[in-house]
Amino acid sequence: MSSNSSAIEVRGLLKSYSNHVAVAGIDLDVKKGEIFALLGPNGAGKTTTVEILEGYRYRDGGSVSVLGVDPADTDVRAWRNRIGIVLQSTKDAADLTVEEAISHFAGYYSHPRNVDEVINAVGLNEKRKAKGEQLSGGQRRRLDVALGILGNPELLFLDEPTTGFDPEARRAFWDLIRQLKSDGTTILMTTHYLDEAEALADRLAVMTDGKILEVSTPTLLGGRARAKARVSWSENGKSNLELTDSPTQFVNQLSVRIGGEIQDLSVSRPNLEDIYLEMIGEKV
Amino acid sequence: MSQSKLPSTLKIGVSRGFLELKQFFRQRESVVFTLLFPVLLLLIFGSVFKDEIAPGVTFSQYFVAGMIASGLVNTGFQQLAITIPMERDDGTLKRLRGTPAPASSYFIGKIILVFVSMSIQVILLLIFGVLLYGISLPSDGAHWLTFIWVMLLGLISSTLLGIAFSSVPKSGRGASAVVSPIVIILQFFSGVFFVFTQLPTWMQNFAAIFPLKWLTQGMRAVFLPDSFAAQEVAGSWELGKIALLLGAWSVAGFFLALKTFRWEK
Repeated sequence: MSSNSSAIEVRGLLKSYSNHVAVAGIDLDVKKGEIFALLGPNGAGKTTTVEILEGYRYRDGGSVSVLGVDPADTDVRAWRNRIGIVLQSTKDAADLTVEEAISHFAGYYSHPRNVDEVINAVGLNEKRKAKGEQLSGGQRRRLDVALGILGNPELLFLDEPTTGFDPEARRAFWDLIRQLKSDGTTILMTTHYLDEAEALADRLAVMTDGKILEVSTPTLLGGRARAKARVSWSENGKSNLELTDSPTQFVNQLSVRIGGEIQDLSVSRPNLEDIYLEMIGEKV
Repeated sequence: MSQSKLPSTLKIGVSRGFLELKQFFRQRESVVFTLLFPVLLLLIFGSVFKDEIAPGVTFSQYFVAGMIASGLVNTGFQQLAITIPMERDDGTLKRLRGTPAPASSYFIGKIILVFVSMSIQVILLLIFGVLLYGISLPSDGAHWLTFIWVMLLGLISSTLLGIAFSSVPKSGRGASAVVSPIVIILQFFSGVFFVFTQLPTWMQNFAAIFPLKWLTQGMRAVFLPDSFAAQEVAGSWELGKIALLLGAWSVAGFFLALKTFRWEK
């Protein structure tokens, strides 16, 4: 079933827990070499979906192919050698140093990356002798990422990778992810941060209640490209707002009418977060 | 990418063993609790109860043999049944499952950890037993052979049952409270803290179901004079029965471990 251009192919995926449906029959395609973001509120079924793809959970129905392999197959060592996983939150290896943990796990893979390179790539060089328990939240997350990319994976799963990062660490992390992409790594990520999805994702899907609402690109999601621009300004002490398809023309006319500097002028398009909240708001 | 290029199960297992040991010795509580506590018990009990329980055999000597047997249960069963649930809680197991390392490598690592900590434990107890309580090391090959096979069967059954029992505690934090009382009760019932033949019959019968009673008896066969065999329940060391019971528990432990082992909560 798997075509050569797909890293992940999912058809009709179903998963229920006791009497609650977590994933209600979704289709998903992730192309080789792309960064794909899965968005959605808590409880939407993102983590369940990702954990089925990672081979952690068994599905109730549908078909799944990840790098041409069904993750539910029993003998998956060779397959695991080709994927990298960054789980949502971890606290293991607390009594190992960054260096010890990374060099140990490197021994699990057929073609691991160079340990020093990985430590540098995630920016933990100054912390290489620090134990897991001595790292800050963001540093700990970078250790997780280091362990995820250590095996030179063709496909990397990132489950909420930058939770707890400060803005600077987040920017540095984005650069690392872009670097991985340019090396040819396919990336499937979940995130709560819409700016992160916008900055990184080639395509994204919005999930609520176990279903996928839309698969699109950050610029086209939810009809964002067609959405009206908001022009706001102040005039005679009152603030005004106009929604328009032709903001340039509108501002031109406004400028002619007022004949000078327009007070508090701002022209904006809805950002990804506005679109996303509108989409999931419809469902809530 | 073919599987043949992957590091072997054994190679990963051995590297896990070294990692487990490194982590073990970094946790001061585990070193104290697992290794030094039994030595402390030996010093306390051995100094308090010095009476002869048979001609030429003091209770201290009887107790040393029992504590060595207990050491096999402490470092195998108790250690694993407590630490594996903790590793399930902190995500160690989940991370491992997401890598190409097979489950068997994890178990090989545990066996190495148990083997090393068990050996240190037994050596410490032997040193104190010999220096302070007049235990003598076996002087002939037959006794050493008994020592080796009792140790090995103890290692195997204790490790496998520890892995199997690790599925019982609901959380890592509660594991110690579930596991430790079982071990302590078994120690009271199995001829560690008291002379086995002086216990009520129902207690003896109950203890005879579990491995510890047979391990203590095996260690007595190694470290007490042969004349003491007459003081045992059956009037002999029952070496064949010891081998059979420990073997049966090993097999049961193997299948239980396979059946019940869980990577996640």
